[in-house]
Amino acid sequence: MTTAETQLGTAIGGAQTRSRVGAVALRVLLPAVTIIVLIALWWLATVVFDWPAYLVPTPGDVWNEMVDQRSLLASDFKTTLFESLLGFGLAIAIAVPFAVVIAYSRLLELTIYPALVALNAIPKIAIAPLLVIWMGFGIGPKIAMVVLICFFPIVISTATGLKSTPAELVDLARSLSASSVQEFVKFRFPAALPYVFVGLKVAIALAVIGAVVGEFVGATEGLGYVIIASGQNANTTLAFAAIVLLSVMSIVLFYALVLLERLVVPWSED
Amino acid sequence: MVGGLAATAIQLSGISHVFESRKARLHALDGIDLAVRENEFVTLVGRSGCGKSTLLRIIAGLLRPTVGDVRVSGRPVTGPRRDVAFMFQRSALLPWRTVLQNVMLPVEILKLDRRTHRRRAEELLALTGLEGFEDRRPDELSGGMQQRVSLCRALVHNPSVLLMDEPFAALDALTREELSLELQRIWSEDRKTIVFVTHSIQEAALLADRIAVMSPRPGRIARLLDVTASRPRSLGITAHSNELDRVSAELHELLFARETAGQADGPAGPHRSVTTDPS
Repeated sequence: MTTAETQLGTAIGGAQTRSRVGAVALRVLLPAVTIIVLIALWWLATVVFDWPAYLVPTPGDVWNEMVDQRSLLASDFKTTLFESLLGFGLAIAIAVPFAVVIAYSRLLELTIYPALVALNAIPKIAIAPLLVIWMGFGIGPKIAMVVLICFFPIVISTATGLKSTPAELVDLARSLSASSVQEFVKFRFPAALPYVFVGLKVAIALAVIGAVVGEFVGATEGLGYVIIASGQNANTTLAFAAIVLLSVMSIVLFYALVLLERLVVPWSED
Repeated sequence: MVGGLAATAIQLSGISHVFESRKARLHALDGIDLAVRENEFVTLVGRSGCGKSTLLRIIAGLLRPTVGDVRVSGRPVTGPRRDVAFMFQRSALLPWRTVLQNVMLPVEILKLDRRTHRRRAEELLALTGLEGFEDRRPDELSGGMQQRVSLCRALVHNPSVLLMDEPFAALDALTREELSLELQRIWSEDRKTIVFVTHSIQEAALLADRIAVMSPRPGRIARLLDVTASRPRSLGITAHSNELDRVSAELHELLFARETAGQADGPAGPHRSVTTDPS
């Protein structure tokens, strides 16, 4: 190799590394810019329209409130996060067996599916007061609400995934005389995972909503409770602080799932 | 050729198949008789819709024929068997498994000894030039390499019969020719009975000991042709290419002449010659 070639090689290598670093930076930078611009617009609007703080606080007010009330908000944040995750986990545990049944038995699919669709058609918020009557003011009705709201997207996506095994993989399993357990474990379930994750990503955002709805109806802690309570005291700034924390929670949970998806199903990246 | 002494590996007698759905009735195969000798390389060539893939699926036990008898190594085929391997047009690799894990899949499913077969898997990968790629995932490989992995997987449990359904059809022309040569080389080192479905005349001629030419609607074997050129064959060797050109020309005539002559001349003469094995 001549020196010129070596230099060229290094230059190309360098350019590639730089572009990869650039791509990652862009992925972090662009969303950050979006958020900064939105906050700036919010702030600008409060200045231009001169809204009073009890209607729309400025971003600065909200930040100060979060700092002042950090220990209270941290504990409420934990409560809501716990309810969301527990409900989400339970929803997965219930939904996946249902999906397997739907995917494998045409008869049970015809029996269960319409009931699931009907159940999903009920506005969950309408059931929230009933859940309180049935389960009291504890954590129970919140978890139930999260499960109810997350269940459907997970069942649908998992069942679709289990039924969408590529024909050539089904043929391969058959040509090897795979048992139905082997077919499920080695072919159908792994092939369904990218679909499962689609449902999980929809469900995780709903999980937080479910927890908040549960807290709205009857609770003594959690960010949903904070919003209701601060509404009663006209403490708009505190309500805003809770809302900001809820969206932070949703975003973090969503991207945690995206990360998990990369680890579990690296083959379906694109 | 070994001559008439070689045992029969695959025996098809009077195979007919009809696909029936609510709207249509498709007579896919009609009265197929074919005997494939042990370690023979037979290509099934024909135009789209002539039933060649259906016939292959019937031999594999993936499909029960409407009428007729299929035997592999003398035993009737009632379903998929472990002495028969199938290779698909699409590589059908499991994207979540590495190359080596994909090749080992039949070993796991058939519950064979992992250690000895792992050695065989590695040998096969080396034989197909995939050494060093054992831990890659299929999506990191080119189409040609994926089909090589698929071939290794089909061979890992040492089946006596290999059925190949247009395995190179999705590849570009150069890769296709390269893999044809490789398949010949592997076959010469590790003899199997191979039935290879293709719609490429050149491929059919290059690979086959015997070519079964199929005609469509309903699918019949129109002619059986022997290819006598010595192996390993290559299109780059003049003596071979002369012989292969002659066979290709004959195939062309058979496949396209029927089209102009119309369907009327169907079954009468040629397909009866099926059982007369010139050996």
